[in-house]
Parts: sequence; C-alpha cells; structure tokens
Amino acid sequence: MGELRLMKGNEVIAEAAIRAGADGYFGYPITPQSEIMETLMARKPWEETGMVVLQAESEVASINMVYGGAGCGKKVMTSSSSPGVSLMMEGVSYIAGAELPCLVVNIVRGGPGLGTIQPSQADYFQAVKGGGHGDYRLIVLAPNSVQEMNDHVALGFDLAFKYRNPAMILSDGVIGQMMEKVELSDFTPRLTEKEIIEKYGDWATTGKPRTRNQNVITSLELQSEIMEKRNQHLLKKYESMQQDVMYEEIMTEDAEYLFVAFGSSSRICQKAIEIAREKGIKVGLFRPITLYPFPTKQLKERGQKMKGILSVEMNAGQMIEDVKLAVECKVPVEWFGRFGGIIPSPQEIVDALEQKIIGG
Amino acid sequence: MAKVRGAIVVDNELCKGCGLCVVACPTNTIGLAKEVNSKGYNYAYMENPEACIGCVNCALVCPDSVITVYKVKVS
Amino acid sequence: MAELDIKDIIREENLVYKKSTLLTDNVMHYCPGCTHGVVHKLVAEVIEEMGIQEQTVGVSPVGCSVFAYNYIDIDWSEAAHGRAPAVATAIKRLMPDKYVFTYQGDGDLASIGAAEILHACNRGEDIVVIFINNAIYGMTGGQMAPTTLVGMPTATCPYGRDISLNGYPLKMTELVAQLPGTCFVTRQSAQSAAAVRKCKKAIRKAFENQNKKKGTSFIEVVATCNSGWKMNPVKANEWMEKHMFPFYPLGDLKDCEKSPAEEYNKYMEE
Repeated sequence: MGELRLMKGNEVIAEAAIRAGADGYFGYPITPQSEIMETLMARKPWEETGMVVLQAESEVASINMVYGGAGCGKKVMTSSSSPGVSLMMEGVSYIAGAELPCLVVNIVRGGPGLGTIQPSQADYFQAVKGGGHGDYRLIVLAPNSVQEMNDHVALGFDLAFKYRNPAMILSDGVIGQMMEKVELSDFTPRLTEKEIIEKYGDWATTGKPRTRNQNVITSLELQSEIMEKRNQHLLKKYESMQQDVMYEEIMTEDAEYLFVAFGSSSRICQKAIEIAREKGIKVGLFRPITLYPFPTKQLKERGQKMKGILSVEMNAGQMIEDVKLAVECKVPVEWFGRFGGIIPSPQEIVDALEQKIIGG
Repeated sequence: MAKVRGAIVVDNELCKGCGLCVVACPTNTIGLAKEVNSKGYNYAYMENPEACIGCVNCALVCPDSVITVYKVKVS
Repeated sequence: MAELDIKDIIREENLVYKKSTLLTDNVMHYCPGCTHGVVHKLVAEVIEEMGIQEQTVGVSPVGCSVFAYNYIDIDWSEAAHGRAPAVATAIKRLMPDKYVFTYQGDGDLASIGAAEILHACNRGEDIVVIFINNAIYGMTGGQMAPTTLVGMPTATCPYGRDISLNGYPLKMTELVAQLPGTCFVTRQSAQSAAAVRKCKKAIRKAFENQNKKKGTSFIEVVATCNSGWKMNPVKANEWMEKHMFPFYPLGDLKDCEKSPAEEYNKYMEE
C-alpha cells in the first residue's frame, strides 16, 4: 500500500510527476491549473531528485522546452488549461511529427476564446482529433478521480515512451480542484545519463560520439515520397495503440440504456444511474479512459445491445461523434450536456435520458 | 631572403563560383575558370599559381569550404 | 632561386588549411556566396578545435539554415520557427554539462521568436546564440524582415521599407546587451578574411563562456543574402559594408568578466 494522502487533483499531478522520475516540467500559469507548478516550486524536486522545474515566458515557450527536453530522451512534461493548450498546439504537432515522448496535462476550462475559468470538457475535439496541424494523434487519458490523476501521470509517460508519442491527460477543473483520498505511487528513480544513452541513444540528442551517426530531432522532410512513408509509419503506430485501450463499464450487464461519459461527467452519471434505477430504468455507464485510442470495438459490442445511448459531456456534443461511429448508428444515440462552466446535475441527466432516449 | 610559396586545391565540382575568394586573394592568384563544372558554375582556380603565398584568405571566406591550402618556405 | 613545382607544394606536410572534419560531405543547399556557409564552417571549426563534438547539441531554426544539421556533424534539434532559444533552454537545463547553441536568422530570432530570445537571454541561459542578420527572409523568397533597412526594397516592401508603414529596423543585439542575463554580446561579419578571423574568435569565446556559467553569449553576424538582395556575392558584400555596417556597427557591445548574477548583485549593492 502506497502513501495515503488527502490532496487536490492538481497537486497530485505535481507529486506524481516527481515520483514518476520526471526530469523536467516547463509551464506557464493559467487558471484552473496553476497549483501544478506552484506545488512543484514549493516541493523543490531539483534538490530531491534533480528534476528541473521552470516557469517559461509563455505556453509557446513551455511546449518548445518540452520539445527540446524530450529530444534529449528526458521524461518531460507541461501543463496548462484550454487557451494555453491552444497556444501549445504548434509544438505538440512538432513533437508528434518528430516522434518524441512527453506528457501534456490539460485542465480544461470553458471556451471558446478566453471563455470561463470553470470546468468544461470542450477540448475533446482538440485533444482527440488534432488541434495542431498535420496527420497526428495524441494518446489521450481521461481521469475521473484524484486517484487517476496520480495513476495517469506514470501511465502517460509509459505510453508516451512506448510509442514515442506525446500523451495528454485531459482533465478539468472539477478533478483538478477537488480534494480526495489518493494512494500515491512509489518513487521511480530518474534515469541516469548513461541509462538514457543505453535506452534512447539511437535517436536522442545526447551528444554525438564518433562511434555513431548524428541524431537529429526534426519533423521536416521535403521529399514527398519519404514524407508519405513517414505518414504511413505514423498511421501504423496510431493503429497499434489500440492494444492499450482502456475503459470502464458500470452496471452494464443488465442495462437497456447506456450513458457514455468520460472524466468528471462520468462521475455524475454514476449518481444518475442510481436515480434512474430507483425509477426502474435499467441504465449503465460506459466510460472511455483512453479517449485516444477510443474503445470503439468495446463500445460497439456493448452499445449495440442497448435500446438507446446518451452521450453525456460538458460540451456542445463532441464525443458523441465517436460514440455514433462506434455503434455504427444502429442504436439511437443522443447527446446531453451543459457547458460554459456549468456542471450538469444527476437529475438533469436522468431527465435527458427519459426525454431524448426513452420517450424519444 | 626567405620567400613563401603557396598553392590551393579547389574542389571544382563543389565550387559554386561565387568569386569571394577572388576578391579575398591579396596576390591576384585566383580567377574563375572559363569552363564550368557539372552544375554549371565557373569554378575558382589558380590563374597565377606563382603568386600564391598560402595566406589562406581564400579558404577563410569560402562559404562551401572547397579550398585546401598549402604553404612552403623557400630560401 | 630554384623553381618550385606546384606538385612539390601540394604535399601533406605543407598543409595549412583544410575543411573541418566536422563538416559533412553534404553539398550545402545555400546559394553561391552565402554567409551561412562561412559561419557554419566557423562553428564546426570551433567545436572541432575545442574537442567538444560529443558534448555539443545544436538547435537549428526555420529559415535558410533549417538544414544546418545536414552540414555539421553533431546532434541537433530542429526547432519550430523562432523557438530555438526555448528548445536550447531545456536541453541546457536538463544536460548542464553540454555545450548548447542556437543558430537563427533575423526572421526567426528578431520577429517570430522575439519573445523566446529575450527571455532566454534575460534568464541568462548558459547557451550560445548565433544570429545571422541579412535583413531579409531568404528561404521564403526575400520578404521584409524586422531588420530590413529603411528604404531597402524586398518582396513585401517593393518600394523600400517605409517607416510609416513598417516601423523601424530592429537592433536585437543592442536590445539583448541591455539584459543582465547576457555576458558576451558582439556584432561580427564574415565578408573578408580578417572579419572571418575575428568572427571565429568571438564564436570560440562564446563557447568557452558556457564552461564558466557566465550567462548567455550572443553573436550577431551581419550577413548578405545575395539572392534576396538581387546582387552578385561580391557586390552584396560591398553593399553590406556601405549600408548595413553604419546601422549595425561591428564590435563587442558587452563582455563581462563576471557572471550576470555577480554583476547584478554588485549593481544592487551600489
């Protein structure tokens, strides 16, 4: 049993990063995630593990610091919230293009534009479908508890290094600001320079000895034939990520109806299930934990047995597109959501199920 | 009196004929050839080989590092 | 005096200059007479002479020198447009024993990357910045740069840079010299053998500063873009001397003995 603490989701991200053996964090303050860098600065991990923590001049600089650090084979990360993550999208595309591992944490707030500082899930499209330019994908993890905020840091790094691809934790102000009991991970030591050279010396900019060819971190390729091959290689890599798909099902065995929800809205759905079942409505929850890779096959299997599906999201209906694709539109799929920083109540969700699916 | 003699070797194929070495040469040793290399550049060559003093000025200003310089003292 | 045959001069024992072994065999994509080639050579020579190939990581920009990694045989990170100082910051902080440098043009450093360079210099990152200023965007076809001189025509100011429309040419080097984080700020050129020798000395000094943890070393090289300027290489050099040097005067702007932190503390005490 690891160390038990009562902590805020954002603080846990910081603590988990230190414990995961992260080499560097580069960030810029933005609500509602500033506690991540504040916690790191107060913790001074450079004295404990040697982890570098730096407040950059902007999110643009932060993500490019991550690019530089990741290129050295280091375990590096950044965090931000929606408008800041938009600024990072250029760098994320470069990181994906250069096939570098890193972790980006997005504590989503309502948008578009400056929007609100309250919680939202409106960055689903940005995280899952692109956001930056070019054909690339992020590994996207959607924690729904403070515990998962802890777990997904190490998991995110592991997947990022496994696939040499940027990973994102897509959370929101609800989980970021919420205090919960958390079992912290044990400490993983940072890799030494020697270990990094052994593990990643075939691509990382660790300094070129005469005995090997130079390593160049780049996403540039002017020859279309080679670039197409590179795109095909990436495509194959993204497809192979399916083996790491994660999801959770709650009370789906006897269910006739299904909520599909991720992150904080999936928690509210659990309460909605209680209310609905008291009324005799057999409803369950399908929660994608990896939003990319999306559990398409698994949702199809479960979803096609249902009378109807309600995609519950704190946005104007984004994940619903993937839900519809998963069940190949063979089952009615509707959307319910609140946005602008409003969190839906369980009762609202049950009402929506009754109106849009059962009565619809 | 000690005299210095020099010589340069230009990689004709890689020379782009920019002419910067011609201007940099203090002894008017270098000229651009009337012939062109396979890329179509009039490459640099020692027009007056006797004049070369091996000062390396040409090599220093050469953007493509195609000039190798030799120098010898003659008494 | 006995006549000496050329063949007798061209002998291994008489060799006084040859291409640096750190320059690769790749033919540079630069136009004939381009200053980039000369500065690449100097960087390669300094790294070779200091014996720090294995300890050096370069950060290349977006612009003509985007392919710098094809020519100097060290590890490189190719940064997004303007972001090289941020990329270099992380590399240096995560691997403090390495020699880290950025190589950037005027569009990259002075325009889109103005924030990154100012803040890297202001933090006093222990990196070397090599800034090639030819007052134009070369790679994209000769558009106006922040450093384009007043009256100088480019593809996006075909009638010459007009202050009322485009503002003033930006003197980045003077700007970063003001920052306490920089320890060595100099403006060089590479149009003549003497200038090349001076420029190399500056680059060497900048690299050596990294060992001393003195802060950022910043070297501007006033350069030509003969294609963008639409002149032959020799004329371009003459034009540079006549028009660029008066506005971008050569020489050291700053050369601190002490580290920025020491200087700053001294200043605060006074």
